[in-house]
Amino acid sequence: MNSIYVKIVSMDLQTATLETTRTDTALRLQSSGDWTIPTLPNVEHQLKRLLPLADRGKKVIWDISKVRRFDSAGMMLVIEFEDRFKKRGNPLQLLGLEGEHLRIYTLLRNNLKEKLPPPSKTPLLIELFEQTGRSVTRLISDILAFFAFVGAITIQLFYYIRHPSSIRYKAIIKQIYASAISALGIIALTSFLIGVVVAYQSGVQLERFGAGIFIIDMIGISITRELAPLITAIVVAGRSGSSYTAQLGVMKLTEEIDAMKTMGFEPFRFLVLPRIIALMISLPLLIFFADIVGIFGGMVVADAQLHITYSSFVDHLQNALDVKHYWVGIIKGPFFAWLIAAVGCFRGLQVTRDTESIGRYTTISVVNAIFLVIACDALFSIVLTELDI
Amino acid sequence: MSRVLISVRDIVTKFGENVVHNGVSFEVREGEIFGLLGGSGSGKSTILKEIIMLLRPTAGEITVLGKRLSDISLEEAQILRKRWGVLFQSGALFSPLTIEENIAVTLREYTMLDEDLIRDLVRLKIDMVGLPGSAASLYPAELSGGMKKRAALARALAMDPKLLFLDEPTSGLDPVGAEEFDRLILKLRELLGLTIVVITHDIDSIFTITDRLAVLGDGKVIAQGTLQEVLASRHPFIDAFFRGERAKHRTGYIHGR
Repeated sequence: MNSIYVKIVSMDLQTATLETTRTDTALRLQSSGDWTIPTLPNVEHQLKRLLPLADRGKKVIWDISKVRRFDSAGMMLVIEFEDRFKKRGNPLQLLGLEGEHLRIYTLLRNNLKEKLPPPSKTPLLIELFEQTGRSVTRLISDILAFFAFVGAITIQLFYYIRHPSSIRYKAIIKQIYASAISALGIIALTSFLIGVVVAYQSGVQLERFGAGIFIIDMIGISITRELAPLITAIVVAGRSGSSYTAQLGVMKLTEEIDAMKTMGFEPFRFLVLPRIIALMISLPLLIFFADIVGIFGGMVVADAQLHITYSSFVDHLQNALDVKHYWVGIIKGPFFAWLIAAVGCFRGLQVTRDTESIGRYTTISVVNAIFLVIACDALFSIVLTELDI
Repeated sequence: MSRVLISVRDIVTKFGENVVHNGVSFEVREGEIFGLLGGSGSGKSTILKEIIMLLRPTAGEITVLGKRLSDISLEEAQILRKRWGVLFQSGALFSPLTIEENIAVTLREYTMLDEDLIRDLVRLKIDMVGLPGSAASLYPAELSGGMKKRAALARALAMDPKLLFLDEPTSGLDPVGAEEFDRLILKLRELLGLTIVVITHDIDSIFTITDRLAVLGDGKVIAQGTLQEVLASRHPFIDAFFRGERAKHRTGYIHGR
């Protein structure tokens, strides 16, 4: 319907024209045709070129009586150039401003009393300082809010301990399923590939020194102690951390969290803690799984590249891999999980009542979680090395 | 005069520099439908959130069913929450649960009732709010706006509350749907002996359902009482609201009577 209408109008349009004649005393402009949005561009160019050519003080007589139709944009152009000519010191007379033309003219003139102020410009340097200041205060208030959040979690954890019947077992199990069981595929794939990469890279180097057999130590220790926990945590941060933020964010947006509160369902007890507890259970299990698959990946490469058979690999691994390395990797799990789940839920509850903020906070939550996991891992490295573990 | 169930005394609310309430006071009595009215940004939703303990006022005292909210204990707050129902503007049904599960959620959580009995109660509530029985197994996303509100109302009524809070119940409904919803609210008040606090912009709702109302503006209550008493006030907002083009046929009707 709409498109047909446009077609008829555009078929019906006449081009806007502007003829100029110069005499000694005056510049005469003669307009005709339709001065409407689609036809305007030519005459606008013409007027722009014409403006500096008018000698100072020369009278301009502009006849618009032959114009068949004006829309607001067309009349706006007339008004704009009327003002510009006058500003240059050219007295201007508009001819044929009557009837429908006059009606549009007065309508526009009456609404043009105030020009929109140009967008305010702050100097770049000041803007830079302002932005920096804003980010710093935001960071500080975020950190304080996170402490408050951790406090609230702790209080509700004590409530759980005092009233074990209030623990949401069903929700915890559902979350374990979502964060662990359905992540097995992607964890298997990534840790297998990490095992392959490590074995391949170190295999080439070790073989040059004739120390190919040490690839087993290399894989065993690096996978169990560092790589499996880190890679698993990063994958989980991307999968579960982001989904926690998005889920809680949407619930905040749809007032579901408010509804829960008015029904006496404390969101920390019903939503946040089950997610945190579930992830603290899932992540160590996933790390254990990643250990196995990662080492298997290395085993495949060792067999293909260095001709170390599976049985001799496993045989040597038992001597090479001290059990403490495995435990160090597993112990990191709950810590990483706490960081990922707490940050994910915290950011989700920060979502405000606009849809854009869900995307923003989900991104922030994943970035924060990955950073905190790596920082926590560095801390573990330093502390455990100093303790000779 | 009937008992006062909710009393709001000298409430001051500030968000940073922004003063939302500057001494708001009103009372809600047993068995009445009390309307909260005001322009956008007048803080009527904020005062409702303060009454249902989602927000804390900066100063002042709110008493609900004889409990002062400023020094209420966790246990008392929990008891209070079981005695009211809240209908949010968007319904706020729990999206992963079906309508039946939504309505049953408080019953399953707080009571030791038999599963069969809970099912019967849910059916009853679904019927009471005028939803077809087939809606029970649907998810909130599968319902229309009006049905969502009815389902949310059924959920709010699940625990047979004494108090019911409605946040713009007819917003987003077509005129016919809005009128039906108003009638439903009146019917439920009769049936269940509810006391209802309703936030509304809808001039028709104000005339058909509210017994008394408070009008918020400039951080204060600018008029309070029955409709006639409020209409007698000469405040510019009330003038604009009740004597505007959209309200004319209604006010004419009242004056003619």
